[in-house]
Amino acid sequence: MKVGVVVFPGSNCDRDALHVARLAGAEAVPLWHEDPDVAGADLVILPGGFAYGDYLRAGVLARFSPVMRAVSAHAAAGGLVMGICNGFQVIAEAGLVPGALLCNASLRFEHGWVRLSVERRDTPFTAAIPEGRTLRMPIAHGEGCYYLPGPALDSLEAERGVLFRYASPEGNPNGSARDIAGVISPDGRVCGLMPHPERAAEAILGSDDGMLVFRSIVESVGASTVGAGR
Amino acid sequence: MTSYRFVVSVMPKEGILDPQGRAVETSLPHLGVDTVHGVRVGRRVELSVDAPTEAEGRAVVERLAEELFSNPLIETWTVG
Repeated sequence: MKVGVVVFPGSNCDRDALHVARLAGAEAVPLWHEDPDVAGADLVILPGGFAYGDYLRAGVLARFSPVMRAVSAHAAAGGLVMGICNGFQVIAEAGLVPGALLCNASLRFEHGWVRLSVERRDTPFTAAIPEGRTLRMPIAHGEGCYYLPGPALDSLEAERGVLFRYASPEGNPNGSARDIAGVISPDGRVCGLMPHPERAAEAILGSDDGMLVFRSIVESVGASTVGAGR
Repeated sequence: MTSYRFVVSVMPKEGILDPQGRAVETSLPHLGVDTVHGVRVGRRVELSVDAPTEAEGRAVVERLAEELFSNPLIETWTVG
């Protein structure tokens, strides 16, 4: 399986994502923001950071970069996409997942450990997470308050679009609607989340729960590749 | 082609948390001001467009206001 990690000017978690994708057993390559394609990647990761300086609105300028046309085409063809933190902001601005990320309700940059409940295990991003298991991961963001207008939020819940929620004991760090920490597209192929699985994938860093997300993806792609007879 | 100057104003929608407005309001007592409320902070973009007519230039700016300068989910815009 091949993972492409997009590098925007201002990305700062791209190397962590490459490292952890390789630990999980994938081939992983960086994709430059001006690249015209995704280099045949099965999964494209949009990493954390401050793409294009987060000027105007977090994620919006990155949304119009050349590589994002390729990422949108990849997603439209059923390819996997995962937006982490700033990458979540980019794919929300691009309309690959519903919603917007507002400034944290605390008005502060929030960082620290959070606990996540896993709302679905029938997705490529969560299939290897044991039933009942919550995930401990760090967050670090100024604009992570997930927002959708009320009726759209109800539709999102009805279509099982919520993938992760903030859970106790730390709880919701940013005031997001219904404690939403991560969402998934209606076709189940594009996922966005504010916490950082790539920063919690080795026990020496305090948690390796994030590896469960990466392992889920590698196993899902491996299974579908075998299934397709490739 | 003529160059036309426009001003785009972008404001957070009613009911959407406006952190800048709230932060400003929180600071007002430090200035000894207790009569001001309902502070909302938006964004102003000034730009020039080369276009055959004012209407065509405005159409370009309106597209940018909708797609780039604002997020229609959380903000409204006007072009002046």
